[in-house]
Amino acid sequence: MGEVSMLLKIAEPQAAAQLRAAQQKLSEAGELAIDFSEVRRLDSNGMQALLELASHADERTVKVVLHGVNVDVYKVLKLVKLDSQFCFAA
Amino acid sequence: MPTAKTAQERSPIPRSPETLSAERVSYLDERVRQAKLAAAVFSQFSQEDVDRIVRAMVLVGLEEAQYLARLAVEETKLGVMEDKVIKNMVATEFAYNYVKDKRTVGIMREYPERNLVELAEPIGVILSLIPITNPTSTVLFKCIMAIKTRNAVIFAPHPKAGRCGAEAVRIMYEAALKQGAPAGVFSCLESNNLQDNAYLMHHEDVALIDATGGPSAVKAAYSSGKPALGVGAGNTPVYLEKTADLKTAIVDIIISKTFDNGTICASEQTVVIDDEIYGQALGMFAELGTHICNENETQLLARTVIDPQTGCMQPMAVGQKATDIARFIGLSIRPDTKLLIAPIQGVGPAHPLSVEKLFPVLAVYRAKSLNEALKVCVDVNHRGGLGHTAVVFSRNDEVIRKFGDVINAGRIIVNSPGAIGALGGVYNDLVPTFAFGCGTGGGNSTTDNVNIYHYLNIKRLARRTQNHMWFRIPNQIYFNMNAVENVRQFPSHSTVIVTNPALERNGHIDVVRRYIPPETHVHVSVIPDAEPEMKVVMQGVEALDFYKADQIIALGGGSVIDAAKVMKLKYESPEADLDELAAPFLDMRKRVAQYPTQKSNRARLIAIATTSGTGSEVTPFAVFTDKERGRKITLADYSLSPDVAIVDPQFVISMPKNLTADTGIDCLTHGLEAAVSNYASPYTDANAMQAIALAFKYLPVAYANPRDEQARTMMHNAACIAALAFSNASVGVNHALAHAFGARFHVAHGRANALMLPHVIAYNAAVPAKFMPSPFQQGYEAHHKYAAIADLLGLGGSAVEEKVGSLIRAIEQLLDRLELPRSIADLGISRKDFEMAIPDLVKIAFDDPSWRSNPRMPLMNELVELFWKAYEGRSRTEMTAETRQQQA
Repeated sequence: MGEVSMLLKIAEPQAAAQLRAAQQKLSEAGELAIDFSEVRRLDSNGMQALLELASHADERTVKVVLHGVNVDVYKVLKLVKLDSQFCFAA
Repeated sequence: MPTAKTAQERSPIPRSPETLSAERVSYLDERVRQAKLAAAVFSQFSQEDVDRIVRAMVLVGLEEAQYLARLAVEETKLGVMEDKVIKNMVATEFAYNYVKDKRTVGIMREYPERNLVELAEPIGVILSLIPITNPTSTVLFKCIMAIKTRNAVIFAPHPKAGRCGAEAVRIMYEAALKQGAPAGVFSCLESNNLQDNAYLMHHEDVALIDATGGPSAVKAAYSSGKPALGVGAGNTPVYLEKTADLKTAIVDIIISKTFDNGTICASEQTVVIDDEIYGQALGMFAELGTHICNENETQLLARTVIDPQTGCMQPMAVGQKATDIARFIGLSIRPDTKLLIAPIQGVGPAHPLSVEKLFPVLAVYRAKSLNEALKVCVDVNHRGGLGHTAVVFSRNDEVIRKFGDVINAGRIIVNSPGAIGALGGVYNDLVPTFAFGCGTGGGNSTTDNVNIYHYLNIKRLARRTQNHMWFRIPNQIYFNMNAVENVRQFPSHSTVIVTNPALERNGHIDVVRRYIPPETHVHVSVIPDAEPEMKVVMQGVEALDFYKADQIIALGGGSVIDAAKVMKLKYESPEADLDELAAPFLDMRKRVAQYPTQKSNRARLIAIATTSGTGSEVTPFAVFTDKERGRKITLADYSLSPDVAIVDPQFVISMPKNLTADTGIDCLTHGLEAAVSNYASPYTDANAMQAIALAFKYLPVAYANPRDEQARTMMHNAACIAALAFSNASVGVNHALAHAFGARFHVAHGRANALMLPHVIAYNAAVPAKFMPSPFQQGYEAHHKYAAIADLLGLGGSAVEEKVGSLIRAIEQLLDRLELPRSIADLGISRKDFEMAIPDLVKIAFDDPSWRSNPRMPLMNELVELFWKAYEGRSRTEMTAETRQQQA
């Protein structure tokens, strides 16, 4: 468990790939901050990638903070009860 | 990540591990997990997205209709391939036709006139049970409904329809995916069994169970504790009435009963035929390829196709051809026979064929009368068919309506085939479906044809309604000295003057008579000078009847004018039930009791006020007592308002001082309560404020110098103007307290108001413990209104609280100038007597409708407190000290 905090900005078309890439680097970071401000909608791939990320983060006790999540995406995370796996920041 | 719960943990129903393996639980959990993710992703889709996907699915469904029909017949060994093709096409094309223009995302419907908007919220994960009888068509239909509403579905086909059901799901899923639907939106359980269903029905992430199938599936769905659409078995009665178009009816019945070998649960089961056409009808059936069974053949059928143990149809017969059934039971019939008809003599266990038969066997019953026919139909309906479907063939509208009345069925199909008619959209305008809701009679939650609206949570966005308000006053008001002269302009053949003895004696009545045209017959009805009694009112009505009055002149104070209002009501509408009309109400526009609009007589009511307080000459209220039953009756309706009001000060010049003070304070209270009422409007405010200003200025002058004509004129106007305000804005808690107290201790109404007034202002100006729920209230502003009144009266003060304090002190000073008691104790009422009366006073005050418009909702303990404050009063020393402090 490192001390480094990592910031990742994701954009819609590549969101799934970016989230999967972030998974690989999880062991390097004590906290992972992801900027969601440009994500308007999550597709199935993105959702799956986020689930996997949450699972990996949980195993490595890495805190994942989602920044700038819009309310539509937030509602989707609530529907799959994924909101409890992340921290949220403005 | 949280670990997956086991079936045992998740389900409230304990389940032994051997019923469902860990692998199977894991398999089912994964199906639900994927569906849940898909539903969440799907919730972000737009209307355009889902419409595009639906259209593509429908086109694929139509293309594959024959393939899927063949698969279904091959696997289930039920029904007719050609008919199943039609079913698949109805399930896609007709369903699409219904849903294509419907909005199911975001705003669904708007009702601007009601300020209502309906918004769609998807349900989430739906578990859908698919029946053996219509496996592929039901899948096609439900896939379209689910996509249109952005839901994910886990399909659980009947075990004997697993392959064709799964293939239908696969075809729809792939078509949807191609158009961008989320992965996992549909799945189909492999080798499904009852344990799977039971597990999923209790799964925490399954939001809705849509169970189309037999009674056990429906019951299991509803027993799960989940929201469920369980729609199932029927037993369709058909009435073939003597006026029916037989040629059409017989063919319709054959089409429907043989369609897919009778597997649609809405198909005809027992046809009740009128005696007059019975022979002809059976003859026509026979001509069109139907075998009419004789008695022995009927008994043979009853023994074989119906299970003698359960009384239900034998599963092996379901969906089989008539010839196959006949061959199986050893019945000799023509090879082209399409339907077997079995005459029965009744309905019930002794007549096995009177139950549901999902195969081409039709029971018929010969009825000797309309009554008998309907009774037999009701019997069939109650033998397993409640809430489902019924059919009537008739040209007699009354018969059709009567059939609709007595039969409990969600679909009552008229002059068309039951099975295809119930599916909707083909023979009628019913909503297309493959799931028939059977209502509570069938143990279902709906009688609807299940469609998209059952797959949605419909949210209603209800904007605050801008309530219409009103300002209603009498047609004509004449005021100032000698305004009574205007009586002469009203033609009348017969006028009854209602007045009291004092006014008769002091010559006022002669003044009025002077202006009544000489050709008018005039009768004077003198009533006691007290709150009118029912008996007195009814005597007045007799006089009006006797003299055939076309005009009533009420000359007097509130009691006389109120009596005249009730006399007019009973004279014009003798059937008016005063008890009913006095029933309490919260909103005048929604009241239960309506005042009569039909009138057998008509009389103009001219009200001439002889006191300056109640304003009854313009109000829509009337109060009287029914002594025999010991109750007070208050009527309120704008139809009670006098037609003409005359506000002539000559009738109040001689008013005694104490009456001037009492009625004057009543007028002031009307203005103050109307001003802070929840029903106050700019129209009532204008009148309330004017009345308050006039009363403050002229009441002390009129009291001190009764002959001051200007003061009398202005006070007389003030009383009428205040009444215009409270006729529309109503009064408040001050009146509720005063009514209760005045009646109990026989204190004049105005005086009782005066005792409460300073305390009620202080009470209303404080932040309420409980706000009065009222759509008319635009925030809490009573204290600001009082402050505005203080400003109007030039009472001084800068902060709102100061201004309210100034107003209270000014009122107290006014009461002193009028030599009115400042506490109930001052009236000589003992503390003990008052204490004993308090429980009743509070109860009566709380029942009084006056406070319904008060800005603050009075609580019982607050009423107690207000009564005690009025009992104690505020000492003059206390008040003077406050004034000095204020001035300093």
